[in-house]
Amino acid sequence: MAETEGLKLLLKEAAFFQDFDDATLNLIVPCVTSKTFDAGQYILHDGEPADTFYLLRHGTVAIELAAPPRGRLVLQTLTEGDLLGWSWLVPPYRWSFDARAVSLVRCLGLDAKRLRTLCEQDHDFGYALLQRYVRVMAARLTAARLQMLDLYAPTPVSNF
Amino acid sequence: MTHQGKMVSPMARDPMLPRLFRIETMKRELSDTVTMTLKPEDGGAFPFKPGQFNMLYSFGVGEVPISISGDPADETVLCHTIRAVGKASSALAALKAGDCVGVRGPFGTPWPIEECYGSDMLILGGGVGLAPLRPAINAVFAQREKFGNVVILYGARTPEDILYFKELKAWRSRFDVNCQVTVDRMTGKWNGRVGVVTQLIKGGGFDRPHTKALVCGPEVMMRFAIQALNEHGVTNERIYVSMERNMKCAVGFCGHCQFGPTFVCKDGPVYRFDRIRDAFKLREL
Repeated sequence: MAETEGLKLLLKEAAFFQDFDDATLNLIVPCVTSKTFDAGQYILHDGEPADTFYLLRHGTVAIELAAPPRGRLVLQTLTEGDLLGWSWLVPPYRWSFDARAVSLVRCLGLDAKRLRTLCEQDHDFGYALLQRYVRVMAARLTAARLQMLDLYAPTPVSNF
Repeated sequence: MTHQGKMVSPMARDPMLPRLFRIETMKRELSDTVTMTLKPEDGGAFPFKPGQFNMLYSFGVGEVPISISGDPADETVLCHTIRAVGKASSALAALKAGDCVGVRGPFGTPWPIEECYGSDMLILGGGVGLAPLRPAINAVFAQREKFGNVVILYGARTPEDILYFKELKAWRSRFDVNCQVTVDRMTGKWNGRVGVVTQLIKGGGFDRPHTKALVCGPEVMMRFAIQALNEHGVTNERIYVSMERNMKCAVGFCGHCQFGPTFVCKDGPVYRFDRIRDAFKLREL
């Protein structure tokens, strides 16, 4: 019971879950476990089933892609308060990238399979969860587009 | 400069007449960017405010507006960080210690440091946009007790493109400053953040209704930074941006730098964002 309350408090601390009411959080808490990853450890791998996604509480995670012969390319880093993984929402529910702990990472793991089932059973809950997740995805998409723009590249034509 | 024993403002001169400065030091910052320190040949002081710019004249090539990037507390040395992007800036960047340049200025509106007393400061720069912000950072540090939290957010293209690397490290090591750096693309053994600078804003560290933001970088970056600041509760009248346009005369005569109803050279380059919001949204302006 104490552990359940503790996890609920940790969820409430995160901006993503802050405006969920108690009844909704009570649905989510059984899907949550506290996890720790050492620096260098892989949290998820490209192609593996997307069964658990993560809410980062401490540390930095690099989203990577193996791109031979260039080696591992870091596309983005995530830190405290960020959600790691959205492939659990989209069939075939497999990760598209690798995620590596850059430092010691403390996070909450959320059972994606159970949450998918909950979303199917309770559409109000599913809508509320997806609505928040889409905001996160939209912000990441905007950021990715800005990265593609290569904003700081020299201007091709300059009067100066 | 003195006149009958009194200090005379540099702008008491003819603003169209360059003053001769000799390059004291020339430091390569990045592959295409240098920082030069200059001393006036006439031996006088050069007072300026953070955010102002000078017209630097490479003799025989041309003049170019460059933000002053040194410490405003030191009026004896003028400091400019120059990125070689065109003929005049490339000619300036190719000069050596001992060479001379013509200087007109200082021109333009400064960052409103005094108006920010009592506020949390969010200073956000991208690429070489950190250069016009550095005097503001120096000014804030010089009177640190007059501000609340100070957050410096900086984004660069790659780790090799991080401007003022040593200073950023020093700022990060301070206990009274939250300094975050990110790069758009990782190279080498970079172990820091990867992602656009606007994403650092959500890290917080500032009290939203009591925060003033100083923003400088490519215009697209500033647009998205302002959007992110708004989303995080920093309103437009608390956001200041430094604009860049094709400045020629620098005193509002020629009209080359017209930006909506204003001239960037005399009404800017630093603007309170709510005052230029409509012009900022117009394409090809």
